[in-house]
Amino acid sequence: MKQHIGIVSVGVLLLAGLVAPLATGAGTPGFYTEVLLGGLMAGVLYSLVALGIVLIFKASGVFNFAQGAMVLFAALSVARMAEAMPLWAAALLGMGIMVLVAIVIERLVLRPLVNQDGVVLLMATLGVSYFMDGFGQTVWGSDIYSIELGIAKEPVMILEGVFQGGILINKDDVAAALVAALLVALLALFFQKTSTGRALRAVADDHQAAQSIGIPLNRIWVIVWSVAGVVALVAGMVWGAKLGVQFSISQVALKALPVVILGGFTSVPGAIIGGLIIGVGEKMAEVFLAPVLVKTFDLAGGGIENWFAYVLALLFLLVRPQGLFGEKLIDRV
Amino acid sequence: MFYRENGQYKTTYGADQQMLPILQDRIFMAVLLLFAFIGVPLLASDYLLLSILVPFLILALAATGLNLLVGYCGQISVGHAAFMAVGAYSAYNIVLRVPQLNFLVVLVLAGLIAAAVGMLFGIPSLRIKGLYLAVATLAAQFFMDWTFARVKWFTNYASSGSVSTATIDLFGWRVDTPARKYLFLLAVVTVFTLMAKNLVRGHLGRAWMAMRDMDVAAEVIGIRPVYAKLTAFAVSSFYVGVAGALWGFVHLGSWEPLAFDINLSFTLLFMIIIGGMGSILGSFFGALFIVALPILLNQVPAMLGLPLATATKSHLEVMIFGSLIIFFLIAEPNGLARLWAIGKEKLRLWPFPH
Amino acid sequence: MSDAQGAGDVILAVEGVTLSFGGVRALNEVSFDVREHEVRSIIGPNGAGKSSMLNVINGVYHPQQGTIRLRMDGALREFHDMDPHEVALSGIARTFQNLALFKGMSVLDNIMTGRNLRMHTNLLLQALRIGPAAREEIEHREAVELIIDFLEIQAYRKTPVGRLPYGLQKRVDLGRALAMEPSVLLLDEPMAGMNVEEKQDMCRFILDVNDQMGTTIVLIEHDMGVVMDISDRVVVLDYGRKIGDGTPEEVRGNQAVIDAYLGVSH
Ligand SMILES: Nc1ncnc2c1ncn2[C@@H]1O[C@H](COP(=O)(O)OP(=O)(O)OP(=O)(O)O)[C@@H](O)[C@H]1O
Ligand SMILES: [Mg+2]
Repeated sequence: MKQHIGIVSVGVLLLAGLVAPLATGAGTPGFYTEVLLGGLMAGVLYSLVALGIVLIFKASGVFNFAQGAMVLFAALSVARMAEAMPLWAAALLGMGIMVLVAIVIERLVLRPLVNQDGVVLLMATLGVSYFMDGFGQTVWGSDIYSIELGIAKEPVMILEGVFQGGILINKDDVAAALVAALLVALLALFFQKTSTGRALRAVADDHQAAQSIGIPLNRIWVIVWSVAGVVALVAGMVWGAKLGVQFSISQVALKALPVVILGGFTSVPGAIIGGLIIGVGEKMAEVFLAPVLVKTFDLAGGGIENWFAYVLALLFLLVRPQGLFGEKLIDRV
Repeated sequence: MFYRENGQYKTTYGADQQMLPILQDRIFMAVLLLFAFIGVPLLASDYLLLSILVPFLILALAATGLNLLVGYCGQISVGHAAFMAVGAYSAYNIVLRVPQLNFLVVLVLAGLIAAAVGMLFGIPSLRIKGLYLAVATLAAQFFMDWTFARVKWFTNYASSGSVSTATIDLFGWRVDTPARKYLFLLAVVTVFTLMAKNLVRGHLGRAWMAMRDMDVAAEVIGIRPVYAKLTAFAVSSFYVGVAGALWGFVHLGSWEPLAFDINLSFTLLFMIIIGGMGSILGSFFGALFIVALPILLNQVPAMLGLPLATATKSHLEVMIFGSLIIFFLIAEPNGLARLWAIGKEKLRLWPFPH
Repeated sequence: MSDAQGAGDVILAVEGVTLSFGGVRALNEVSFDVREHEVRSIIGPNGAGKSSMLNVINGVYHPQQGTIRLRMDGALREFHDMDPHEVALSGIARTFQNLALFKGMSVLDNIMTGRNLRMHTNLLLQALRIGPAAREEIEHREAVELIIDFLEIQAYRKTPVGRLPYGLQKRVDLGRALAMEPSVLLLDEPMAGMNVEEKQDMCRFILDVNDQMGTTIVLIEHDMGVVMDISDRVVVLDYGRKIGDGTPEEVRGNQAVIDAYLGVSH
């Protein structure tokens, strides 16, 4: 019962956050929708990163702090290789590289650390993330590179009939959202329809059971990390096309932690919804809440989107420690 | 004389409970301290003092603080630089607003403020563990980063957001030369290390370790999780806050916003992983390693006639950190401190290993 | 059998306790009492809810229904949702079925944690380790040394518990509980996985604690020989329900108990 009250109150808070700007007349409905869409766009990217993390967590119980580094590494690889070949070839080669990365990580990091505490594994992936950041930049360089997806970046006006003044959105943002949706659909197909996918689900449900029906755990891990690597590649390309390929991409993995906390560590829909909530939440907070804070407390600028996600996740944890879609466990002794 | 404890019989529990029960260890420690307090200031160059020993001592103090929380109490923190920032900005503001206060008092006050903030962000640890707690400490990191960058009062309305400090004056003894900075830090760090060592071998330290190793059992034998965890957060943040104040006043002198960002938090974490979790000595090893590695990377290739570009060096550095973390987690989870202990064990048996 | 002391007053009473995990009813309206100085055993097949019962008494699990009564200051008081820490304060100690030792600590430190309840010097005194803090440490060390002698583990004082063989770890677990100087000691399968000699040692320790220190014992054990030998009274659980309660002889003759152990379907 207490749990439900918690969920409902978080929901009410979110709703209040969404409605308040409208009610106070801080922006026109058109502007408001634009901000909402902008938040959703950012949220899509968070979702993509979180998706990789959830896949890995489900299959190997590891919180992959290096997912952001993988995104950077993949994006760097594609961007630099695309200088010498068509983009599709670079992307394909990039996938190959990510599979290689998965194999190396499984051999050198996961296998020796199997059955270790979650926190130890977390720190190990922190090590992986440092290594990949350094390695990627040594091999591929550390400037800002661009990825051209061939979609014009010009904004288009939509819904002019609905809102006064219409809404401006970017074509490449729409493309990004479509790519993300496609990727999720493909993953869903993979998990439902292929035998490998079903095996992966078995591992997620019960490691021992999976092993006893003869699925080699090591291979499963390689596959999962490869899939997460490909997800990272897609995220990296979408992101890189939008903002350029640069080091800061790597830091986005940190934002994925609140996302999966909101969505639950093992829930794919949770990762998507969590990503969108965080994306929208922090955009809204930045646009509508930050100016109020700046004015009231005489701050030197806004920037609350830097911490909003974490504080939101923290508050959420205090009412519902197991996440939106997770279930409650009681320690045994 | 061999390194051995034979013949050193402990006749009282008091003697058995000493910090260093083996005589040779006590002699070694005494010599080391004597050398550190007298020999080093006389012999070391300014470069060695300022670029290596000063940051080493402060980082060792910070790592000790983090180790109390992570290594001894088992509560993860990936945002401890935030509490360093709290210490640094508290000290800055206290000195600014109450200039007549002695700096030692300022240090303690800054530590206490950091402890209070640390406890606040430690409250979630009563309900959540592991990864979930990581998010609480990340919240601390980014929220404090933001606070000190945006709330003008903390930086005394400086337009650039950066602050600078005056020279520390202790009863007329000005901490201005490299040797004095070193001596001042050495004294502070020695005292704090002794206290940390005392804490971890007292009942509070045992309560922390019990929480770390098996929290349900700890509760059943009567350890209050609230008390154990919050004291760990408080003491840890106190140490780290003091270290932050020293980092700002003695090492940096003046600093920009984000001088205490998440990368510093990760660095602290790396120090205790490499040095040894749950070991005070390990905190020192870890700090030394982190300070020395960039310098080695600077010097060694150059000596070999292969000078590296600055960018390459920094990339190489993070690669090495990354690999070492993985290496230590796999091969020696108790870090350099454990290797040291193994070495000592060997020495105890030498030259008759059977 | 420790009949010398006879049965004392009720010191601990469990009344109508029901505990479920999701769909699983681990305990179903279980009631029984424990008298001072007796050895009270809880038996039952695997998954019967024995450990869960101890967890409820300890305050680790909070039951959906029912109450626990404890003797405090001479009177039997009713308690709801007590914290494990409060239960410990009221004089109840516990050992665990699956060793729950503090694996990063030495034998001595593990047992010393049992004294934490009684150690009160503040943080600053401990950090400086002066006066009262140093004295307190020595005083409690002396108490712990008595336990170490009693359990005959002097040789392993400074050894990390993880390096000890299983049987000795079980002893350290008992030592940690004894260090609390409890009035009631809950033992969850203290002899599981031991060979005959180790079992004999453990039995001797338990009976000595019961005899010499007057500690009330609540014992979960699968070895029927041991249970019938040393218990004063026995509770039988099966699928979370109490199906028998009485002296070993009574329980042995109880048809429901015989069925449960022979695996007759319900
Ligand atoms: N924390 C928990 N979460 C979910 N179910 C639990 C938990 N603890 C116990 N159970 C369930 O409650 C039931 C009783 O378990 P319990 O451990 O009390 O049995 P037991 O009598 O001690 O068995 P054994 O002799 O094997 O130790 C079992 O079905 C068990 O799966
Ligand atoms: Mg049991």
